Amino acid sequence: MWAYFTRRLIIAIPTLWVVITVAFFLMRLAPGGPFDQEAPLPPEIMANLKAAYGLDQPLWWQYFNYLGNLLQGDFGPSFKYKDFSVTELIGQGFPVSVQNGFAALILAVAVGIPLGAMAALKQNSGADHAAMTVAMTGIVIPNFVVGPLLALIFGIWLKETVFALPVAGWNDGAFANRILPVVCLALPFIAYIARITRASLIETLHTNYVRTARAKGLPFRLVVLRHAFKSAMIPVVTYIGPATVFLLTGSMVIETIFGLPGIGRYFVQGALNRDYTLVMGVTILAASLVITINLLVDLVYAWLDPKVRYE
Amino acid sequence: MSDTPIPSGRSKANLSVPHAQALDTAAEVEGRSLWQDAFRRLQANRAAMASAVVLIVMAVICFAGPLFVPWSYEEIDWDILEAAPPDFEKGHYLGTDSLGRDLLARILQGGQVSFQVGILATAVALVIGVSVGAVAGFVGGRVDQFLMRFVDVMYAVPLMFFIIILMVVFGRNFYLMFLAIGFVEWLTMSRIVRGQTLTLKNKEFIEAARASGGSTASIIIRHIVPNVLGVVIVYVTLTIPQVILLESFLSFLGLGVQPPMTSWGALIAEGAQEMEITPRTLILPAVCLSTTLFCFNFLGDGLRDALDPKDR
Repeated sequence: MWAYFTRRLIIAIPTLWVVITVAFFLMRLAPGGPFDQEAPLPPEIMANLKAAYGLDQPLWWQYFNYLGNLLQGDFGPSFKYKDFSVTELIGQGFPVSVQNGFAALILAVAVGIPLGAMAALKQNSGADHAAMTVAMTGIVIPNFVVGPLLALIFGIWLKETVFALPVAGWNDGAFANRILPVVCLALPFIAYIARITRASLIETLHTNYVRTARAKGLPFRLVVLRHAFKSAMIPVVTYIGPATVFLLTGSMVIETIFGLPGIGRYFVQGALNRDYTLVMGVTILAASLVITINLLVDLVYAWLDPKVRYE
Repeated sequence: MSDTPIPSGRSKANLSVPHAQALDTAAEVEGRSLWQDAFRRLQANRAAMASAVVLIVMAVICFAGPLFVPWSYEEIDWDILEAAPPDFEKGHYLGTDSLGRDLLARILQGGQVSFQVGILATAVALVIGVSVGAVAGFVGGRVDQFLMRFVDVMYAVPLMFFIIILMVVFGRNFYLMFLAIGFVEWLTMSRIVRGQTLTLKNKEFIEAARASGGSTASIIIRHIVPNVLGVVIVYVTLTIPQVILLESFLSFLGLGVQPPMTSWGALIAEGAQEMEITPRTLILPAVCLSTTLFCFNFLGDGLRDALDPKDR
């Protein structure tokens, strides 16, 4: 098994390199540059600016220079946020995204799994249908619809009541400012997790070993908790892996709607501003997270399902 | 399958008279194909059928509706120039947006974009995914290794980031958006098709095709692809809503279709800015988008139940 994980780690390096290379050259293909403004700069100033950031060098030189700096852990200066390095910007934005992401993940798991399990145990009952309809609604109504709607309800319609919540800004992480973004971020994941849990638990409850456990006379509660639940969690874990990446790298839409200073918003703004180094930095961070979390998911797999063997 | 019992291993001549008669009538009973069977099961699923009807109606309205709306989606009513409530005399059946453009015309136009993106981008994903999956599964060996490692690498790439970079690079070109989204969505399709191909590969009818001299290409096209179609169709109906969602997401961030053209995502973004004054501009496109996604998901679930005999 360790050989397998070592191999996976070794594959991760060329994967990251491909990501870096493709992102680097794609960004440079984009028309315009980081110093374009409505009123064009005098050519001398533009030339000086480009020289200062090394943009006057041939592209291949810039590419190897960037790779070299990267190996030393230097993501370079941001082109748009003067006086800030990309590392500093990510250092500011990432904690915000991570805190929101983790809160949303915990909320999604804490609500989604019990909801799905309840629906599975009372299969085809009214409660089951109701839960699954709600889940379906959570899946098909996208974040960027739920976000403004929640803002409309809690920020405007309920403005004068005790339910009023701030709909924009971070306010140094005040609890009230976090509620709407986190709920909004978690909703679709609650829905997916509930659906997957339900389907998986129903299937597990029909397996032979669960029937055996029941035939032995174990109380149903114990059968579910000790025998069925663990293996029913396998598909849920598969889903939680990529979901975590999405939640942690910051839902770009949520951060845009609620005006949060996370890395998702940096990315969209950076791409529009041609802030090459910032876009690269966020992309590399996201790619590393995807790779790490996929690996962790595989480890959890091996623990949940003894049949899983990695060669 | 016919319900009439037919004894096997005995020739008709040895049967008693009633059995022979039974056999004769059995021959006239029309056999049902897999597809007819699936269609019957789908018809029995009321939610899926209702969804299909709603989707067809919505598509027809989006594409034919503009012929009956007096305003075009980009025309500005210079007498209004603000988000006005519905005005039947002037033909603004759902009112106007903040620039005085007819909201109904814009919602219909946005619907056209969503349906087109949904179908065309999924078609791109379908072609790439099925070709890669079928070739990898059928040819096997190094080709399979190479293609599947490539898919693995692509999975580890934060694709949303790449779509955003692509949209920035290519300046929000309408058709490139189809391609970009399609290029991202084919990964899962190729894995599904490869898995199916692997199980089909060793079946007798493939062996027969080989024995009768079929080339690899013709076996893949004529024997493998038609047999994976069931799974593919289910996946396609579930991909279309994802693609529509992705396009709306991009348009919401201002990276999708370019003004004055619009899409549901762009309309929702505009509406979100004016929701304090006119909640209508947010709620109406949001309802259209959610209904479409809802119906595609129900149809996809229904098709899966109909075509996948395992869960019957």
